[in-house]
Amino acid sequence: MSGHTHAGPIDRDRGCIGMWLFICTEILLFGGLFLLYSVYRYKNPADFHAASQDLSRFSGTLNTIVLITSSLSAALAVHELREGRAARSKLFIWATILLALTFLTVKGFEWAAKFEHGLYPNAAHLLSLPPGQILFFGLYFTMTGLHAIHVIVGMGIFGYGLRALSRGKIDAEHPVLVENATLFWHLVDVIWIFLFPLFYLIS
Amino acid sequence: MGDTVHEARAPYFAPQGGRRGILSWLTSTNHKRIGILYLSLIGVFFSTAVVLGVLMRVQLQSPSMRLMDARTYNIMFTLHGIIQIFLVVIPGIPTIFGNFALPMLVGANDMAFPRLNLFSWYLFLFGAVLAAVAVFTNGGAPDTGWTFYVPFSLKTSVNVPLATFAVFILGMSSILTGINIVTTVHQLRAPGMTFFKMPLSVWGLYATAWVQILATPIVGITMLLIVVERLFGIGVFDPTKGGDPLLYQHLFWIYSHPAVYIMILPAMGIISDLFPVFSRKNIFGYKMIAFSSLAIASVGSLVWGHHMYVSGQSDTADIIFSLLTFLVAVPSAIKVFNWIATMYKGSIKLEPPFLFALTFVFLFSIGGLTGLFLGALSANVQLHDTYFVVAHFHYIIFGGFGFGIFAALHYWYPKMTGRMYSKTAAVVGWLVTFVGFNVFYFPMFIMGWQGMPRRYYSYLPKFNELQLLSSVGSYVLAAGVAIILVNLLYNAKRGAKAPDNPWGGATLEWTLPSPPPLENWEEPPTVTKGPYDYSGMEEKR
Repeated sequence: MSGHTHAGPIDRDRGCIGMWLFICTEILLFGGLFLLYSVYRYKNPADFHAASQDLSRFSGTLNTIVLITSSLSAALAVHELREGRAARSKLFIWATILLALTFLTVKGFEWAAKFEHGLYPNAAHLLSLPPGQILFFGLYFTMTGLHAIHVIVGMGIFGYGLRALSRGKIDAEHPVLVENATLFWHLVDVIWIFLFPLFYLIS
Repeated sequence: MGDTVHEARAPYFAPQGGRRGILSWLTSTNHKRIGILYLSLIGVFFSTAVVLGVLMRVQLQSPSMRLMDARTYNIMFTLHGIIQIFLVVIPGIPTIFGNFALPMLVGANDMAFPRLNLFSWYLFLFGAVLAAVAVFTNGGAPDTGWTFYVPFSLKTSVNVPLATFAVFILGMSSILTGINIVTTVHQLRAPGMTFFKMPLSVWGLYATAWVQILATPIVGITMLLIVVERLFGIGVFDPTKGGDPLLYQHLFWIYSHPAVYIMILPAMGIISDLFPVFSRKNIFGYKMIAFSSLAIASVGSLVWGHHMYVSGQSDTADIIFSLLTFLVAVPSAIKVFNWIATMYKGSIKLEPPFLFALTFVFLFSIGGLTGLFLGALSANVQLHDTYFVVAHFHYIIFGGFGFGIFAALHYWYPKMTGRMYSKTAAVVGWLVTFVGFNVFYFPMFIMGWQGMPRRYYSYLPKFNELQLLSSVGSYVLAAGVAIILVNLLYNAKRGAKAPDNPWGGATLEWTLPSPPPLENWEEPPTVTKGPYDYSGMEEKR
């Protein structure tokens, strides 16, 4: 009862505004890191180029494709839900979650490979490299790590959406949870689309 | 169902439905109850930090005082700063009055996201608990100052990571409150309430909410970077690994200067509501006040570099930041002049809320004008990191935010509690606080000018008299605050019953009973006149 207010047209507008505002804060959260990245790359161009060689372009490209595909499946989930086809919507949400898992798996292998080569914060090998390379990997792990946390959170929200769909709490009239999960997911995708060239494609 | 009609109109704090007692508060998504939840927590934090502040003044009463050693003193000013800034002043007005009053001011029954609202209170509580844990574990309380400057915060043995993580959590809570306020203002205004019929306190909260949304994530990521740097040594702020500590200062102040406007803007909004009520006149220059809030919010986001004049940033940067800093004075002055002009030929009633509001303007003006000294490049070199800065800051924040929130509390108290405090005690409390405040902080301007650096636990003999005077002032100030708080607490249950509209305000919350029911309106109110239109109201009183 206390949750309902008489003014304002429908919950859906409200949910949409709230999500977009949240996306603004997310952009600024990452914005701080992009700012650090720009300054340090400007100061250490050669080191950043050299360090970038150590990243696996194949994995990066693969993950970009995986994530863009997952954005497509998330968008299709919303579309199906709006059309009233809950079962197909669920299927697309599952696809999104699986693609997200794939992304994390590839990322995990990548990180493991870096660890093997002594390219992780405070590793003796990394500390023997020039400062610009230390900073590159410091930022690489921080930014892709924070991004990975967002991927995990996104999976959680989609999982919650699946449960709500199964219980019939979400339908064509009340799609706001899935819509917002998808908006968030597109943000996660877009951030990666910036991270990919900045780390993998600069040499 | 017979008595649910009656129950629905019972005071918002009366037991409703199944749950009673403290649990009914901790699970309530009602905006008024959440406002009171915030008020209780923030009241406790504020009192704690005042005690810490007084302890520091005891230490500084004489240069040979040994109440605490230097390290303890460092911890004291750090905790005082962290508590007052992150747990009291930044959340203060948006969470207490943004929740309690805002929906009523715009004619809504609740915030746009009631459950998110309760969630942000729990985040706030969680952040506070983390900060408290950080004080007692893993090396002890931070001694870095509330700014957590690197490289010291990376090297000191104390519990910096947990404290900075607590700030991150508090920031999340602040962001969610901001999102709630912006959405509420856009979506839930009553029929007929256009943007320019909103009370100016709503404008203040609205502009603040945007700063909360857009600036807080920057400090969030900066605090996270300190945590990551401490735990993994990524090197971004560590000069031995190529990192640049100056960048930390930039990132920190990109948020923390706008944060000053998070502190002061909502107070300015509330003051703008009080001047017309107690002058029985429409506000002078409504649109200018509304737009100046937005101007302060936007220009204020571009002045962070004035904290870093002596840090080694380029002269060009210094000059630009100095110019922008002077520019912020313009919208601030617009507000002050409009408030004063509102009183011109008004029928002024010196009720307690208005005394606090007038004091706000007086102290804020002193704080604002001394800010120009600090914004000037050459003067700043002399004044940087001295008591002058401490005095300026407290004139703005205690004189502004502090007296602003006291004004708001005394103004909406009858609505919150349904009772009236003792006006005599309120005036006594105001007077003692006002005198104590000036005796406390004004000597700091002089000491700062003479070169007394801040954050020292002792001083040269030439400061003996002024330091003692300042300490005495702080005791008077603390006594005044105690009178105010006791008066408010004691009368919350025992005070005389308050009428629905004790001040004769024309904004919507005064059309509701005191205290309002859980659901404010059964039928949405229709707004046909401005928030300060008193025509035809005197007869009704």
